[in-house]
Amino acid sequence: MRVTFTANGKPVEADDVWEGESLLYVLRERVGLPGSKNACEQGECGSCTVYLDGVPVCSCLVAAGQVQDREVRTVEGLTDENGELGLVQQAFVDAGAVQCGFCTPGLLVQTDALLDQDAQPSDNDIREALSGNLCRCTGYEKIMDAVRLASARKCAGKGASE
Amino acid sequence: MSARTIQGQKNLQNINQASKDGIGGSPLRPDGNLKVKGEFAYSSDMWHEDMLWGTALRSPHPRATILSVDISEALKVPGVYAVLTHQDIPGSKYYGLEIQDQPALAIDKVRYHGEAIALVAADHPETARRAVKKIKVEYEVLTPIVTEEQCLDPGTYGYVHEPHEYKSHAYGNICHEQRLVSGLGVTDEVRALADVIVSGDYEVGMQDQAFLGPESGLAVPAEDGGIDLYVATQWLHVDREQMAPVLDLPEEKVRLTLAGVGGAFGGREDISMQIHACLLAQHTGKPVKIVYARDESFYGHVHRHPARMHYEHGATRDGKLVFADCRIVLDGGAYASASPAVVGNAASLGHGPYVIPNVKMHAIALYSNNPSCGAMRGFGAVQAAFGYESQMDKLAAELGLDPVELRQLNTMSEGDYMPTGQQIDSPAPVADLLRRAKEMPLPPPLDTAHLDVRQLPGALSNTSHGEGIVRGVGYSVGIKNVGFSEGFDDYSTARVRLEVIGGEPVAMVHTAMAEVGQGGVTVHAQIARTELGVEQVTIHPANTEVGSAGSTSASRQTYMTGGAVKLAAEAVKRALIEKGRRRYGWTHDDITLAGGKVVSARSGALVSMVDLLGDEAIDLTREHHHRPTVPFDKETGQGFGHVQYTFCANRAVVDVDVELGLVKVVELTAVQDVGKALNPLSVVGQIQGGCTQALGLAVMEEIIVRDGKVRNASFTDYLIPTILDTPPIPVEILELPDPHAPYGLRGVGEAPTVSATPSIVAAIRNATGLALNRIPVRPEHLTTELPG
Repeated sequence: MRVTFTANGKPVEADDVWEGESLLYVLRERVGLPGSKNACEQGECGSCTVYLDGVPVCSCLVAAGQVQDREVRTVEGLTDENGELGLVQQAFVDAGAVQCGFCTPGLLVQTDALLDQDAQPSDNDIREALSGNLCRCTGYEKIMDAVRLASARKCAGKGASE
Repeated sequence: MSARTIQGQKNLQNINQASKDGIGGSPLRPDGNLKVKGEFAYSSDMWHEDMLWGTALRSPHPRATILSVDISEALKVPGVYAVLTHQDIPGSKYYGLEIQDQPALAIDKVRYHGEAIALVAADHPETARRAVKKIKVEYEVLTPIVTEEQCLDPGTYGYVHEPHEYKSHAYGNICHEQRLVSGLGVTDEVRALADVIVSGDYEVGMQDQAFLGPESGLAVPAEDGGIDLYVATQWLHVDREQMAPVLDLPEEKVRLTLAGVGGAFGGREDISMQIHACLLAQHTGKPVKIVYARDESFYGHVHRHPARMHYEHGATRDGKLVFADCRIVLDGGAYASASPAVVGNAASLGHGPYVIPNVKMHAIALYSNNPSCGAMRGFGAVQAAFGYESQMDKLAAELGLDPVELRQLNTMSEGDYMPTGQQIDSPAPVADLLRRAKEMPLPPPLDTAHLDVRQLPGALSNTSHGEGIVRGVGYSVGIKNVGFSEGFDDYSTARVRLEVIGGEPVAMVHTAMAEVGQGGVTVHAQIARTELGVEQVTIHPANTEVGSAGSTSASRQTYMTGGAVKLAAEAVKRALIEKGRRRYGWTHDDITLAGGKVVSARSGALVSMVDLLGDEAIDLTREHHHRPTVPFDKETGQGFGHVQYTFCANRAVVDVDVELGLVKVVELTAVQDVGKALNPLSVVGQIQGGCTQALGLAVMEEIIVRDGKVRNASFTDYLIPTILDTPPIPVEILELPDPHAPYGLRGVGEAPTVSATPSIVAAIRNATGLALNRIPVRPEHLTTELPG
């Protein structure tokens, strides 16, 4: 089948898609967006998290056909038009929250969604919001640092513009 | 000596200004931007025009004779390009890290659940999976040999490998064993010297590395008849050494390049899909990509050895250890993998960082029809630490002593001797690590007035509002070796090139080191900056064009390959200064490199590197060998077997819901001597990550194997700690230089994984009064076990 949707603001089209393919597979193997990761492919690890019509989902659990005419935003879409790192991406780099980095794309999308809802989450809020994203390298401490840093920068940025 | 506490927000202050730092700073990862943009190319992201997808047929039985394999129906599936069995292997059919006992594809029998029997290449991964299901295998299913009793009675239960099938298997179902005796050993006379004796039987479940990036890679057949493999691994050269004979190619025609690695933790030390992808590529003449699904990953790599251990310790009334006796039985599963070295570690480190006058030890690894076990972070030292640290708590209770005090009465220091007879010839501040762990401020007690369920055992399951919750505190300390041991020369190679690019001096570092997430690439750049006084450093992709870097394991890469980068950079520095001396006739004896210039400490800048280098590049390669070690004596275990030792102490604070058996680790403190923190941010990250894997082993993680069958090969059923399960992990770092090591550094990655598990179990015992002799501790252990 053919699937057409919007990925990071651009129209994309995938041909010869087998009905059993996931959105994750289509993104990674058919439309050149391998940033979303394939760690468990059963919705447990969160490393494939993308926005689907603005809502974070595990793209491994979404059948490709379900995204027809819908909007997908991936980790690649968190970078601005000039290729500069987005606020959450920069905070993860600065805080040392990236080791192997395989969990990072999913955590970035989930953190972006969290801070959109609540720019100043408590530590417990952060832990709850990210509890569906497994990381095996960091012990999560630097990820907590990164989210706090992104939150602080986001609030400071808001303060400056107001 | 300096100590510093690095935790929480404090880390963030120093980050931005240090972006181009040398050693001791925390510059940011060179691959960080690519990783957060989603542009870093992991092994599973590899793509090639016209590539095929490979997959394997795996055995559903742990032990069976293969009567026939019929691939004809699979070959008829449209889109299938090849179906291969062992009969299609051009070269040697066996490989292995230490013993070549593993067939690349099963030959006439299968020895574990998940063993690969046949391969398929097709134009879509689903086509390959469907074709696999069309392969017809006739099995004669045999009763698997799975328990210690069965393994040790081959006359009744049979052999996993027939006797003398391979030269190294003369021991029947014992893969490897190591004995050790020191002092007077442990006899009735020695026992009589002790006022108190405590003993215990301890068990450790099978832990999985559970790295997130699945085994994967892309094999591309080359025009010269060779093959190029882009793969996630821990050691490119040892992969090649095992692959070339199977592919019937000379090593130089098997070229490996490291693709992005999504974590490793020991699980990529063995071959997984490397040979399979290359066989399919050779056979089809097309590029072949293999990406394991998570269940296949559980079948496709070795795990941490499950262990059964018996410990006996004797002490005087005032708490001085008199003797220790131990037997450790490790289940190595179907194939040897790294079992011999794991046994060596268990035997030599299995009595912990303590001075014990009389010691006996017997460690063995079994062959069984359980999944193969090999390397995982902590490598033989983890299992033993749960045993000896449980014993220390038991002994303290018996003597009425504080558990930390009892340990401090017996901890080793520099100048003391290991039970192997090896003298500790660099700092070993074991008692001090424990003191510091104890002196760290405790977290506040549970605030019952302002409870947040997310902080409680059961968390979002909303199982308690504070009732039935008991707090406990526990301590532990552990010892780990750094680098390969027992006479193995695991040298590292580095190539450093200095030249002018775009009007600036630029250093390029080229090694075959597998960057698996640990941050070795960051450290290599820091070393080059420090030694060469340049800001711009590029890291060449890791491949087999340069000499071996050894494995990214055994906490060894900064020591070994970092040391090689240092040697190569120093050689480049000498060559550059010599060039200047020849050109300018300098006679200064205080010349060094700094800020892009050749400088004299007394006379100032002599010339810029740009002017001195001109169009010339200085390009030198050096090998770094650690000091030699020797194998342990088979019977006495004596010998200078290890390169370096590393120590970590922990304090765990837990809340236990004693009614439901649920545990919340509230805080996990770590204090570790790292010799010299080359990159403090990364060092803390390693320690926190290592502690978290130890937490997983303490209360969550186990591959459940019943009658040889794996029951939980998924992240739905094999649980690793989430961010909600993981507590704050305050880290205190000591920097006591080791005079034998580059920059005085001490390997970091494994010590916390060795030491932290027992502290958590001790804390749970402290809260519940239960014996808890098995890890992981499960809810049913807490609600049905009898007090210890």
